[in-house]
Amino acid sequence: MKFSYAVPASLLAASILFTGCASNNTNGNTAQSTNGAGTNTATNAPAATADAAKTAEAADFTSAIEQYRTFVIEQCDLFVKETEKFTGAVKAGQIEEAKKLYAPTRMYYERIEPIAEALGDLDPHIDARENDVDPAEWRGFHKLEKALWEDKTTAGSEETADQLLKDAQLLRAKVETVEIDANLLVTGAVELLNEVSSSKVTGEEERYSHTDLYDFVANVEGAQKIYELLKPELAKKDAALEQTIGERFAALQAELAPFKSGDGYVSYQQLKEDEVRKLSQNLDALAEPLSNMGTILGV
Amino acid sequence: MNKHDKDKQPTPTTNSEPSQKLLDTKVSRRDMLRLTGATGLGLLLGGGAMGSLLSRGGTAAKAPVAPVQADSSIPFYANHQAGILTPAQNFLYFAAFDLTTTKLSDVKKLLQEWTTAAAALTTGRLVGNTNDSPNLPPSDTGEADGLTPSRCTLTFGVGPSFFDERFGLAGQRPSSLADLPPFVGDNLDPAWCGGDLCVQACADDLQVAFHAIRNLARIARGTAVLRWTQEGFQRTGEADPKNGTPRNLLGFKDGTGNPDVTDEAEMNKIVWQGSGDGPAWMNGGTYMAVRRVRFRIEVWDRSSLSDQEATFGRHRQSGAPIGARDEFDKLDLKAADASGKPLIPADSHSALAHGDGTVKMLRRSYSYSGGLNAKTGQLDAGLLFISFQRDLVKQFVTIQQRLSRNDRLNEYMVHVGSAVFACFPGVREGGFIGDTLLG
Repeated sequence: MKFSYAVPASLLAASILFTGCASNNTNGNTAQSTNGAGTNTATNAPAATADAAKTAEAADFTSAIEQYRTFVIEQCDLFVKETEKFTGAVKAGQIEEAKKLYAPTRMYYERIEPIAEALGDLDPHIDARENDVDPAEWRGFHKLEKALWEDKTTAGSEETADQLLKDAQLLRAKVETVEIDANLLVTGAVELLNEVSSSKVTGEEERYSHTDLYDFVANVEGAQKIYELLKPELAKKDAALEQTIGERFAALQAELAPFKSGDGYVSYQQLKEDEVRKLSQNLDALAEPLSNMGTILGV
Repeated sequence: MNKHDKDKQPTPTTNSEPSQKLLDTKVSRRDMLRLTGATGLGLLLGGGAMGSLLSRGGTAAKAPVAPVQADSSIPFYANHQAGILTPAQNFLYFAAFDLTTTKLSDVKKLLQEWTTAAAALTTGRLVGNTNDSPNLPPSDTGEADGLTPSRCTLTFGVGPSFFDERFGLAGQRPSSLADLPPFVGDNLDPAWCGGDLCVQACADDLQVAFHAIRNLARIARGTAVLRWTQEGFQRTGEADPKNGTPRNLLGFKDGTGNPDVTDEAEMNKIVWQGSGDGPAWMNGGTYMAVRRVRFRIEVWDRSSLSDQEATFGRHRQSGAPIGARDEFDKLDLKAADASGKPLIPADSHSALAHGDGTVKMLRRSYSYSGGLNAKTGQLDAGLLFISFQRDLVKQFVTIQQRLSRNDRLNEYMVHVGSAVFACFPGVREGGFIGDTLLG
């Protein structure tokens, strides 16, 4: 995770555009991922995208944006649900159960991290690592991670657990207000891979639990989701780029496959040096063309 | 015959064709000696060898001659140490040392020997007096023999650990000279931190700078050991004849807002310790902060131009503040667009580094390239940030706290090394480095 305390202005700027769409969705808060595809999209599309694209042949991102919104809300709902289980286990002193729930719970968050980052302090509150913030302000998942794996006790973690659940619920509530536009999608996909590049691939994200591969996979899945949604527009604009990105996603997935273990992934500590390097380089090989998806926004 | 005693040395050949050629290409006698010295063959093999060396045409003579400038040495003895206000040379070789002795007399002896060596190294002379004895290893390691001084400067300092219990100097420690507090996001590797002593070698030639550190480390053997070193570079003067503000490895101009080093009053305010600021031995000295900042090059490379510019708060090509035309246009943090949004984001690097403009420091950083990060296969490259200030806490720490909390640039970099040093005042001829403290 990376953040600044101030909300990144590019995201703020990007967010001004779509207030109308956002409010439409406030009560559609359960998983409707299957039907959101293209029902009522065409009507408000031109107004919505004109600013973002600033091009005569303005691409229509309405459908992609609505589908992404649905995806984000779905992930958020699951995130809150699983966080409730996880923090419940922490509070009940069930260390082994909490450890088992920790990484899978985080995956829902990691898939939509750029959205959380657009919501001010929520990302540091939920996902700050020990040296990311002033010690007095440290809270969230990684504080509990340290308690579970390093201190091996949940005593004294009750407040942190409660706070985390509240923050997760706040994220769920606030996510309704995030204005999503094509620019956010494009930069968000790259940011997800940057997250991997900056901390997960080096094993620095989950320094106590070594569950970095869960985050790694979730970030990549989050980026891939965006790519899939933008694929039709991208294919129109630059078919070769669309194909390259698809191939590189496949290559990275293939690289990750051997590290699956049961429902989850092996510990980062089990990775050999050359395996880490290969993952890192495959990730960069994907992120480089992915960063050119901005071409669909026009010049 | 002492081939290194250039001033007394007769020209080896006078009327031969090669020397005529040399005259035609305006090569001085001294330059020719440099040339022969550099090959190490000239005098051993006599005139014939000289002939063959030079008969390859003008090119052989020209190549080493081009950078030779009469003024390529910077005085070592001065009121302030060189390498601080000195316009940045092309290359840096930075070394932090740990003392292995516990005797203050050894430390004093080391600094005296370093002084003598530094005076030679910065004027292009060989270190020591035993460079011609067949039975001894030469006292100078030789790789800069025949090279110009290349504006070599050597800047010496002592770290906070110099004032621990070992030498009984605790009472002399300047109050702002302490290990830096942890900053948000720090990811420091002890291998890149601290040091009892430091030497900042700068020169327009990397071999000259390396040679200086190598010879000082050699002299120190038995008294001090190298703790960490880092090479640094920036675009050379040759590559940038207009002498514009250098660009860092993120592609942006770095140093535009630096204070004017020719403004003496400003330097006294920002850089040099005045009487009453701290212990008297540091009057005329300055405090150095060093940070090894690794750039997340691969991540940066895939961020859009508008993100990059918003991160710095400046335009990439011109270096001008966002919304302005010229690199040196005022950084107007109040400038806003039609909707009232600041043109220069409040959390951009420029805006935060500038703050309200009341706290300044003198930056003198170099880019570094440390090869490959073995773990990730990514480039290990970034900035060896170096700043000089009158007070580390009031200046560097104040600004870095601001940056570490909010700077957008933090997403693209990580601080992996850190050290601070008190850089002594200048040395007078006959004195030695640190004599105000140990004399």
